[in-house]
Amino acid sequence: MKYFKLLPKTHIDFVDSRKIFFWISGLIMLACLISVITKGLNFGIDFTGGTMVQVQFKDNISIDQVRSALSQKGLKADIQTFIGTNSFAVKVKGAQEDVNEVSVNIQEGLKNTGVEFTIEQTDFVGPAVGSDLAKKAILAFAIAMAAMVIYIAFRFQSIVWGAMAVAALFHDVFLTIGIFSFFQLEVDLVIVAAFMTIAGFSVNDTIVIFDRVRENTKLHPKWDIKELLNTSVNETLSRTIITSITVIGAAAILYFMGGKVLNNFSLAILIGLTSGTYSTVVLVTGLVYQWTKDGKFSLTSQASASNNGYKEPALKNKKRNK
Amino acid sequence: MNKLAVKWTIILIALFGSVALLYPTYEWYSRTPEEREVLEASGDRPKRIVNLGLDLRGGSSLLLELDVSKLEGNESLNESMQRAIEIVRNRIDQYGVGEIPITKQGDKWISVQLPGIANPEQAEALIGKTAMLEFRLVDESAKAQEALQKVSELEEPFNAEGTLTAEAQALVPEGITIMRSKDGSFLPVTATAAVTGADLEDARITTGEYGYPAVSFTFNGAGAKKFGELTGRNLHKQLAIVLDNTIQSAPSINSRITREGQITGRFTMNEAKQLAIVLRAGALPAPVRIIEKRVIGPGLGEDSIKSGLKASLIGFLFIVLFMIIYYRASGFISSVALVLNVVFLIATMAYFSATLTLPGIAGIILSLAMAVDANVLILERMREEYDKGQPLYLVIKEGYDKAWSAIFDSNLTTWIASILLFNFGTGPVKGFALTLTLGLLVGVFTSVFVTRAIYETLLTANPKEISI
Repeated sequence: MKYFKLLPKTHIDFVDSRKIFFWISGLIMLACLISVITKGLNFGIDFTGGTMVQVQFKDNISIDQVRSALSQKGLKADIQTFIGTNSFAVKVKGAQEDVNEVSVNIQEGLKNTGVEFTIEQTDFVGPAVGSDLAKKAILAFAIAMAAMVIYIAFRFQSIVWGAMAVAALFHDVFLTIGIFSFFQLEVDLVIVAAFMTIAGFSVNDTIVIFDRVRENTKLHPKWDIKELLNTSVNETLSRTIITSITVIGAAAILYFMGGKVLNNFSLAILIGLTSGTYSTVVLVTGLVYQWTKDGKFSLTSQASASNNGYKEPALKNKKRNK
Repeated sequence: MNKLAVKWTIILIALFGSVALLYPTYEWYSRTPEEREVLEASGDRPKRIVNLGLDLRGGSSLLLELDVSKLEGNESLNESMQRAIEIVRNRIDQYGVGEIPITKQGDKWISVQLPGIANPEQAEALIGKTAMLEFRLVDESAKAQEALQKVSELEEPFNAEGTLTAEAQALVPEGITIMRSKDGSFLPVTATAAVTGADLEDARITTGEYGYPAVSFTFNGAGAKKFGELTGRNLHKQLAIVLDNTIQSAPSINSRITREGQITGRFTMNEAKQLAIVLRAGALPAPVRIIEKRVIGPGLGEDSIKSGLKASLIGFLFIVLFMIIYYRASGFISSVALVLNVVFLIATMAYFSATLTLPGIAGIILSLAMAVDANVLILERMREEYDKGQPLYLVIKEGYDKAWSAIFDSNLTTWIASILLFNFGTGPVKGFALTLTLGLLVGVFTSVFVTRAIYETLLTANPKEISI
């Protein structure tokens, strides 16, 4: 039996070339950080509070026409267009007390264009709600991350793994945040769900490699860390590539065909998954090596003083599917 | 029964169960929107179906805040919230729009979802009314008139709630307050209400004097007794009917009234109708304020479903095609598992009457991605074993056994995270976590259990090879 292989057996030395990737990722992270500091994030009214009115005009209309119609009414608003449609989202951000006042103003302003329109969506978010939503989303996210670190550290018997998995996760999420900041794409609650998707996939990807290292540690107890890490990444490389092609491909289709509601959302997922693949293959192993090579930490309990007498969980190699 | 037969029994039960669970959902969404509306209004909406969130189907959602600083009495915050929720529900129910999810959020917030309603202004007006109905005697004494004179000279004697400011209240003798009436004039009335709307039994729209719509009301026993005493002792005096601190009318008491009364006040038909509704439903324990309002037009919801579904379908086909081309027969088996994954997941959601939202779709995407990954992990392992020259049955066995720990750990890690997100998250985060939590469980079942059963069945025929 022959099968088609996308990738021949590889022997790439990822550990030795780790410094290059540290530099690349370091610079990218720095760029993201600078963007976030200087440009900030374009938070949607979910977080800032405010009013959004999204309308669809019956005829073609330019964004300048919309802007001038609104300024006649004395409104300073963010206006967002959706490519290929006559839809516009008009947002007035900030603390507003009255639920309908700004919305009515915007609608009256839009009537100045002289073009008929239908209202697709209106949102009003009061100031207390915005900050509450942000706080709760961040809290939930932080708790979930902490639990992941603990679980991974427990299952892989060293804090190295949990910490590195989360480092990779932050890399992927922060890269996406950086790109959203640079292009000033709006971050709303749906985008937060996208960040969580990215985080989930990133951890999944990382664990697959860790799992292979764990297995190889047992199969080849004499190998040094470098060999273990390199072999494990190379052995799982074809899996990483195949999974990434399918998943990123599906996300790309969602981005190009999913319509305006899904647009930013699928873009975030697309960026995050791509970064996730990269960080899993070249970054995580390098980081683990960097952390463990000076002997401060070990990969498993066998040589670890801190994990003395710790028994492997029974689940691990139990044959479950007989 | 051998082990394989047991496995297939489980899979078939899951499959038939899923189809049975999905049928009501399929039936519901193949109806026209008008038919659905009629059924919903009559409460005939099936219980166990997948609901669509407002972001996908259109509708309005309101978040209300109870003004806790205005709470009176010794009721706990929790009890007041429960009462407020009940009253909001009663008021909305008068609309006859079917089951409306009204839930408590945090300490003092109430979330109201109004599916299908694109113009929530009427509902807003209904909910926002405190509906505090009071009957206060008008004080006609000289010192009251004097106080009225002084207060009238102030620039703005009333605060936002319609009661006197502290500065104005200082000018008024004890036991008396001044209230504004609908036409803008002021009247001195007693500081405490003799009878309130809490004792009302019923309220309905009628026609009052000069043909204006009015609201007739009926007191319960206790209310009738109090009202009878009040009107009996104060014949020919003026009685102010006060709603939310505004005097609606101040008719003279011509005779002793007990059970039945009427509120007139030059209402429009709509005002009278709303007043009757809020009086019937009872007064809120404290005023509520709308702090969030989202309205999604039916057009946009439909658009986003259509393009979202189309893109998801094409994305799914891409995955299936890729798997079949790359892994051939085994890719086909994986594809069967992925299709089953979607079927089982939606059926599970129908069973829990879950609501699918946009973030929920994100959760499904992540769980599907992880199911794809589980398949790829197993198949790549099989290839490795195959390259070692193992016999076919061992290739399959080792493929599963060795891939298992990675699948188990990655799914469990994500599952722990999603359970926590579900418990600590709100709104969209919860929607995401819900589909992810269910999706991961279903995904492990289909991509490990189901596919393995298929391979083991194939192995019983002793094939020379299965293309991987």
